[in-house]
Amino acid sequence: MRIFGLSFKVVKTLLTTQYAYMLEYRIEIALWALSGVLPFIMFSLWSQNDVGNSFGLNDIGLARYFLSAFLVRQFSVVWVVFSFEEDSLSGRLSPYLLQPLHPLLRYVAAHLAEQATRLPFAIAIAITFFILNPSSFWLPSLPQFFLAYLSTHFAFTIAFLLQSLVAALCFWTEKSSALERLIFVPYLFLSGLLVPLSAFPSNVLKVAMLTPFPFLINFPAKILSGMPVDIFNGFLAQILWISILVPSVNILWKLGVKRYTAMGA
Amino acid sequence: MHNNPSDLIVVDQLSKYYRVANKQPGFKGTLKHFFDRKTYDVPAVTDISFKISPGEVVGFLGANGAGKTTLLKMMCGLIHPSTGLVDVGGFSPQRRQTAFLKEITLVMGQKQQLIWDLPPMDSLYVNAAVYGLSDHEAKVRINELAEMLELGDELTRPVRKLSLGQRMKSEILASLLHKPSVLFLDEPTLGLDVNAQARVRSFLSEYNKRTGATILLTSHYMADITALCPRVICIHKGKLFYDGDLDSLANSLSPSREVKVELKNPCPSEQFKKYGDIQDLNDRFVCLLVSRDKLTDVVSNLLTDFDIIDLEISDPPIDQLIGELFIRGEVN
Repeated sequence: MRIFGLSFKVVKTLLTTQYAYMLEYRIEIALWALSGVLPFIMFSLWSQNDVGNSFGLNDIGLARYFLSAFLVRQFSVVWVVFSFEEDSLSGRLSPYLLQPLHPLLRYVAAHLAEQATRLPFAIAIAITFFILNPSSFWLPSLPQFFLAYLSTHFAFTIAFLLQSLVAALCFWTEKSSALERLIFVPYLFLSGLLVPLSAFPSNVLKVAMLTPFPFLINFPAKILSGMPVDIFNGFLAQILWISILVPSVNILWKLGVKRYTAMGA
Repeated sequence: MHNNPSDLIVVDQLSKYYRVANKQPGFKGTLKHFFDRKTYDVPAVTDISFKISPGEVVGFLGANGAGKTTLLKMMCGLIHPSTGLVDVGGFSPQRRQTAFLKEITLVMGQKQQLIWDLPPMDSLYVNAAVYGLSDHEAKVRINELAEMLELGDELTRPVRKLSLGQRMKSEILASLLHKPSVLFLDEPTLGLDVNAQARVRSFLSEYNKRTGATILLTSHYMADITALCPRVICIHKGKLFYDGDLDSLANSLSPSREVKVELKNPCPSEQFKKYGDIQDLNDRFVCLLVSRDKLTDVVSNLLTDFDIIDLEISDPPIDQLIGELFIRGEVN
């Protein structure tokens, strides 16, 4: 059995080893999970006044949206650029490049293992949220949950590919994490992490929808919270972005590797 | 360069240039560096050619920055050459084809591929899966290499808790798990104590004998080179200036040998001048430097002409000779 060209054994071994590694850092991961509470801050901010109503959402709708945004963020957060830069500068990338496994797949395994480690903390935070806001409690239907799960994985894939594109610039700039800021700022504003995209003026919304960012948080969060959303076009856009980014990362990686000088190694 | 089928590695007119930026010190230099950055190409390796046969153990010698590590990185495919050609077993290394990667390994002293917070065994099973080894094959191979490297419980302790020597041996085990036939070793004994160095050396020698693997080694420790490498390639300022066996290098570096004589009775120095250059004369002890072609005659005459208690012939230490060679920059 093969998964994305890898044998099941490679996938299983990579994931179990990375999970064991992540468990070594479970306290750190709990803190990272707690540090992702930005959607809750935004919820308390918007629910203090009537601004939330202008989004077309009441307090319960707003609470569900931001809890969903928090959960989607927990399972689509990406840090490949930072690990890659460190490995590249320290020379750890060199042995990875000489093994018959694309180095980026190691980072994919590390991210998936981290998501599994985050799961109990994310559930605990969600339960706490419901205890504090009992009126906002809801359980998505099974199809709703499945679609949200799928779109969150697509969101993770897009975010991973976007950061990999920046990470590949390490072969040129050595400090590509600085360039990651160029993605982070539009991500923050256009993904729906600070405010649901329905709050944006229509012109801004039209431009935002031409970027991958609304499909990283806003789209999966809307599905999970049960808000009305164009599911077909949302998934189409996610698949489109993935199909643009995969060859782009491939090309940039191949060009970059030619320039690799194995610094620090 | 004509490729002989018996050649495993062919390096032909290989060069590598690194582009570097030049920054002058001070605030003015910083501003100039920011607005008008000047870069230039630094030659790391220039026009190097040689061939290596299967099963050979070859040592690369050179001072820091000579270009030996760059050469090794190009041969294993880690970096792309600027010009020239490398062929390793019919593969172009920089293409990093899976079949090629399964045949080689690179070990770098003090650089690790093992996961820091997990025991080496976890990394070993990842490597086994990546190289397509079955669980049974992996177990047999790990046991075999662990025995050769004298590793036991260390493999189930977190890497961060291991000593440098234990870590290096675990790194070597991880690098050799897939039975590579070409080993690129860059300073594999760097930072190890004398005993650990000796164990790594004897392991590599044993590995070469058992598997017939080709070993290419850079090291600053002459003991590594003298113990393992019958053939050496000397690199100086990016250029090859010696390729041959270690003994011939020692002969060309040092055309003379030291003859130390212990006499029964003291003799004046004038009596020894005709035999060679007097290096030392102290009471009953004389040290002469004698050219190799006259050595037999001189020793025979000394034994006839003097009442001798002991006589010793030796080469100057090879590391001293190589050190002088790098300073001089040429072989005699």
